[in-house]
Amino acid sequence: MRVVLAEDLFLLRDGLTRTLREHGCDVVASVDNGPSLLRALLEDEPDVAVVDVRLPPTYTDEGLQAALEARRRRPGLPVLVLSQYVDQLYANELLATGDGAVGYLLKDRVTDTAQFVDAVRRVAAGGTVMDPQVITKLLTRSQARGMIDSLTPRELDVLEMMAEGRSNVAIAATLHFSESAVAKHTANIFAKLRIAPSADDNRRVLAVLAYLKR
Amino acid sequence: MRAKERLVAVARCQLAGLLAVAGSAVGSLVVLALLLLPVGVGFWLLVPGATTLRSLSDRSRERATRWTGTRITPPEPYSGDHSWSRRRRAGAILAAEGFWRDLAWAWLEPWVGGFLVGVPLGFLWYGGFGALVQPFVWPLLGPDNWYAFVPVEDTPTMLAALVLGVVFMAAGLLLAPPILRLHGRWTRRLLSVPRRTEMVRRIAHLTDTRAEVLDVQAAELRRIERDLHDGAQARLVSLGLTLDSATRLLDSDPAAARKLLLEVAETSARALEDLRNLVHGIHPPVLADRGLGDAVRSLALDSFLDVGVDVRLSGRLPSPVESAAYFAVGELLANAAKHAAAREVAIVLDHDGGRLRVTVTDDGRGGADPAKGTGLRGLRRRLESFDGVLTLHSPPGGPTTATLEIPCALSSPKTSSC
Repeated sequence: MRVVLAEDLFLLRDGLTRTLREHGCDVVASVDNGPSLLRALLEDEPDVAVVDVRLPPTYTDEGLQAALEARRRRPGLPVLVLSQYVDQLYANELLATGDGAVGYLLKDRVTDTAQFVDAVRRVAAGGTVMDPQVITKLLTRSQARGMIDSLTPRELDVLEMMAEGRSNVAIAATLHFSESAVAKHTANIFAKLRIAPSADDNRRVLAVLAYLKR
Repeated sequence: MRAKERLVAVARCQLAGLLAVAGSAVGSLVVLALLLLPVGVGFWLLVPGATTLRSLSDRSRERATRWTGTRITPPEPYSGDHSWSRRRRAGAILAAEGFWRDLAWAWLEPWVGGFLVGVPLGFLWYGGFGALVQPFVWPLLGPDNWYAFVPVEDTPTMLAALVLGVVFMAAGLLLAPPILRLHGRWTRRLLSVPRRTEMVRRIAHLTDTRAEVLDVQAAELRRIERDLHDGAQARLVSLGLTLDSATRLLDSDPAAARKLLLEVAETSARALEDLRNLVHGIHPPVLADRGLGDAVRSLALDSFLDVGVDVRLSGRLPSPVESAAYFAVGELLANAAKHAAAREVAIVLDHDGGRLRVTVTDDGRGGADPAKGTGLRGLRRRLESFDGVLTLHSPPGGPTTATLEIPCALSSPKTSSC
């Protein structure tokens, strides 16, 4: 898997490169600023890009802007954005650039390397990955507005993990359910919230996110 | 739209004329009071006369600001209340510079101001007569009937007068807005306190707000210090201790060491979380990245209410202003959710060339009073150091509209480098 990495802090860039290589990824370019990132995204044809939001020269959301721009020019270009702080606005902007092949995670998540590399793979495969913190905020908001009152606590747990972009297998493993139990819960959730069910994993994530963002 | 503005200007000229007449009436009363001071009766008359005159001149100041944007600094209110003796209050009034200013205005305004606003009104009324009334009544007006320079004797001359009347009306409409602006400037000349007084007041205000800013800043630093001390710092210390125990257990009890190391991972995650919250409280990253518009949009997304955001800013504002406005909007949103039990909120961000204007309207139960809540009072105080003002319109039953205005420049939009 060919990866472009953008991170301005040397220590983190080095650590991430090592982690990705250890898990069999080929880091074809690692850059430390916005303009070189955009060039690498468009010219190196990576399978996935791992991008820090804040990059030089402006030290604002340069990395995010480059990722958005690259996805506008190459629709479906897989990008996983890392940030010291997650913001719903940025999550929405990323989701708006096309269906899937996009991820948004807190930087802290890289410390769990297995999970992190799994997220990179899912994004590269066209999936949608959202940080649990984004989802928690969305769920709290939906709860306050009475949008998910009909769900049982179990179903809420499943909904949360679905929204993060986990597959049924992963949800079953984390919550210690059987896969068929997870399938039953998801069917219930879709029926109660009146979301059209979908066999495609990514479509399912997008439908759930769209519902929670209402 | 422009025609409507002109008609409004005409109505305002009319109102200014009426106010001038009222001013002169009260002015005469006040002069009478002054003349009667030696016999004592004047003291009875002076206090109500002067306060009425002040309320009239205040109205005139406020109108000039509202109609033409001419800012007029009002004089200090008269000192003293009902507990003072009449003589003492009258003395305070006579010693106040603003009183004599009001009196001069009461006498000059009917002549100068009245003449000014009379010009467009005269054109309009006389034009209206020529164009709308005379065509029907000219046969009754006799043989020596002139309209301006047209002798109205038959249908053709009547029609000529009609055209002239229309021209006069148009002239009246055309003249009304500039004349109204001129009247505003004249009002400012008469009714504004002298430059020196304005400066003295400004310095007193700056001294106050500077002290306040320093206090707030010191308190903020103390809060950050405390948060770091109780949060991230404490967690790092515990992390060190746990790591130490884990190291010692590594050989004797690897399973326990492993448990401790998992604890370390959790504590470090918490420390990061603490730092993140702290940073967000100091200066939210989205505000630094994108400016006020997107930062408020982000607030709206996080709010439990339905928040509509309309951003009409074409550039970036000075960073301290952005920060103050952001936290103010955050507080107003929280108020709308907590106290007003609102469901929908509309936020408009606007810059009129000289000041940022933010309006937050909710559909809650209203009745908000800055005198009661410490939140709103604190908000108002914080805005004061930017010369900002918060106006609150919150009748019982709602809706509540909070408007905050901060004078500042708008810089051109930042050009992205990628």
